[in-house]
Amino acid sequence: MTSAIQMVDITKTFPGVTANDNIDFSVDKAEIHGLLGENGAGKSVLMSILYGLYKPDSGDILVDGEKVDISGPSDAMRLGIGMVHQHFMLVPSLTVVENVILGREPTVNGVTLDMERMLRDVAESCKRYKLDVDIEAPVYQLPVGVQQRVEILKALYRGADVLILDEPTSVLTPGETEELFNAVRELKADGKTVIFISHKLREVLAICDRITVLKRGKVVGTVLAAETGEGQLAEMMVGRKIVYEFTKEAECGLEPVLRLEGLECLSDRGIPALRGLDLDLCGSEILGVAGVEGNGQTELVEAVMGLRELTGGSVKLDGQDITDTQPKTRIQMGVSHIPEDRHKRAIVPDFSVLENLVLGSQRDRFTRNGVSIDFAEAKRFSTDMINDYQIATPGPETLIRYLSGGNQQRVVVAREFSRDPPVVIAAQPTRGLDVGATEYVRRKLVEMRDHGAGVLLISADLDEIWALSDRVAVIYEGSIVAVKAVDETDVQEIGLLMAGGGNE
Amino acid sequence: MVELLDLINTGLFAAAIRMATPIAYAALGGMFSERVGVMNIGLEGIMLTSAFGGVAVSYYTGSAWLGVVAAVLVGGLLGLFHAIITVKYAGDQVVSGTGINILAAGFTAYMSQVIWGTRGSSDAVNSIPDLTIPVLKQIPVLGEVFGTHSPLVYLMPIITAASYYVLFKTPLGLRIRAVGEHPTAAETAGVDVVKIKYMCIILSGMLAGIGGAFLSLSHLNVFNKGMTGGRGFIAMAAMIFGKWMPFSVFGASLLFGFADALQMRLQSLGILPPQIILAIPYVLTVAILAGVVGKAKPPSDYKPYEKE
Repeated sequence: MTSAIQMVDITKTFPGVTANDNIDFSVDKAEIHGLLGENGAGKSVLMSILYGLYKPDSGDILVDGEKVDISGPSDAMRLGIGMVHQHFMLVPSLTVVENVILGREPTVNGVTLDMERMLRDVAESCKRYKLDVDIEAPVYQLPVGVQQRVEILKALYRGADVLILDEPTSVLTPGETEELFNAVRELKADGKTVIFISHKLREVLAICDRITVLKRGKVVGTVLAAETGEGQLAEMMVGRKIVYEFTKEAECGLEPVLRLEGLECLSDRGIPALRGLDLDLCGSEILGVAGVEGNGQTELVEAVMGLRELTGGSVKLDGQDITDTQPKTRIQMGVSHIPEDRHKRAIVPDFSVLENLVLGSQRDRFTRNGVSIDFAEAKRFSTDMINDYQIATPGPETLIRYLSGGNQQRVVVAREFSRDPPVVIAAQPTRGLDVGATEYVRRKLVEMRDHGAGVLLISADLDEIWALSDRVAVIYEGSIVAVKAVDETDVQEIGLLMAGGGNE
Repeated sequence: MVELLDLINTGLFAAAIRMATPIAYAALGGMFSERVGVMNIGLEGIMLTSAFGGVAVSYYTGSAWLGVVAAVLVGGLLGLFHAIITVKYAGDQVVSGTGINILAAGFTAYMSQVIWGTRGSSDAVNSIPDLTIPVLKQIPVLGEVFGTHSPLVYLMPIITAASYYVLFKTPLGLRIRAVGEHPTAAETAGVDVVKIKYMCIILSGMLAGIGGAFLSLSHLNVFNKGMTGGRGFIAMAAMIFGKWMPFSVFGASLLFGFADALQMRLQSLGILPPQIILAIPYVLTVAILAGVVGKAKPPSDYKPYEKE
């Protein structure tokens, strides 16, 4: 049987890094092939080469046994290779149909768009692969899970036989993930080949036929999913055993460190996002906020940090009303924030590691006579942080954009936790991180708790909430519908509450 | 008071349409450029240079229409210049546009000196004669407002409609909209982002060029130093007020044209100092930009697009 895709001896280096080091990788026809590895292992680079976004320094690519030259996405598409990127490549204001046909528009007379045919074709694909999408809606109105289906439709419309899914589940809720898996199985049944990039062991095991593990730009091995397990894969990825379980010893104290009362605010689209949300966060606890994405989690974090205007309610820190204070004041008072959107809110990509570490304290801790920044002190501090938090960077002067996602997050965590805050707001703190970095960030959160801080953990990953939290609050349609001690509830109950059901 | 009311007549509306035309051409031009993510602050300078180029060619050839063609070419060339700086070299859009404006002011004044021996005003040249629409002209009121105008005035709504058609009914338009809003998405979908950007920015210059030609070869028959008088900037205001939608942009241009026409008529009354009256269109521009469109969201983020 010839392979659908064969990548032979691929090497790709970037300044200072060998992203792919003599990689051999092959995928059979109608196979779901997992590509597993930590962030920075070279998965995305390898697939970008296959999709023509990067040119390899050396190596060959064979499609259906024939050597091909892929110098751009259009070549890849012509060869039947489609890619669904981690960050969706959709134009928000265009409709689903317009996004799908963009670049390959059917016309009536060579000039005018053939609207009828567009709608018919896309609706047909939806039906055939059981992808449920409102094809005439503008994309910005759609939830993330549906946008992903649009991306898949796009690739299929372009005649993809091989579909590369780059970290497809990192943005999905458990329910959406299940739907995605069903669609992927449907694709396989139809003879399509799927390459599934992920760092989530369980998912790769659940959906893939074979799994290739990458580590630091090299292939560790390819295994049959049926003949391996989480333990073996994790070891292959990291090179050592991984421990996930943490102790849950903290008890809720007397006075909450953070008290949210009747929070109300609007979303970006101007509809109520928080509807009278009440929540108490105690010292020395991790309070997990579970909920299906889009139920007000983002707005909750912004409300606590002073990044979103409230239409009602109050925020109290240690009994002191901080509702009308600036974000700056809140940070100075000891509320630290790990934002969910790392690139937008947590780091300045074009600043150095040092600058990112100092950001926010430049006015007080690293100032000389209140005017200039004390760079000597900042450098000492950042060198310490790089050591303490094991940030893999060539040095403090390196631009943070060149670090992997996991190391960027270490910088954020280092910056926030070095202030020794009594309150930590951690929004999706491990999203998109590899196993090693995830473990690290989680351990730090637990450390902060043991140190006496109250940690509000907002996560779409129920496993994470389960592994870390002392108490779980369920958010649904902008308010907290239940708060349970972890050892007095179970996943089924929380799941039901998240779906808005069964509140006795 | 009676005098003021006398101002409101068919002549005022005909003048409003006339004054709206150059603004509308430039505004539509600006729209195409911004639709692909490039601000075109240079509209003013492009109009001015085209107005000059049109007159110069008409002066040497005796043909006003050749002048218009030249104006369009000059506009397209400056558009290309703007595109090279902002797209190819990812230069700052405001700096490039401002550069075009400064260059235009100096270049046209200098060339006037060279050709006509004066920096102020060119010799009179052949201009485009007005067109009278036979049946329309017979209708009372409407005939007076719409019946006789420059062919460039009549071309305006046609170009507006064509712009709408291209933007929303053709593959090219779909690509234009995609390129401005999310170039990376367009690129991965197989769209030649750079080509589309060049196309639209050049088109932007050509449309502004027609606007300039209208001023010097239709509205007047001479080139005057600085004769665009900020219309390129007013066009940007009209484009924003019209939310980057062709018909709305045209409508907004009519509003600004009306203010311009009103201003000219008020001057003849002499009830207010002319300086104040002259300021009316500009005050309107500021007022609209500050207030009404405070929340207008551009179709793009004006970032240069760089391939990964």
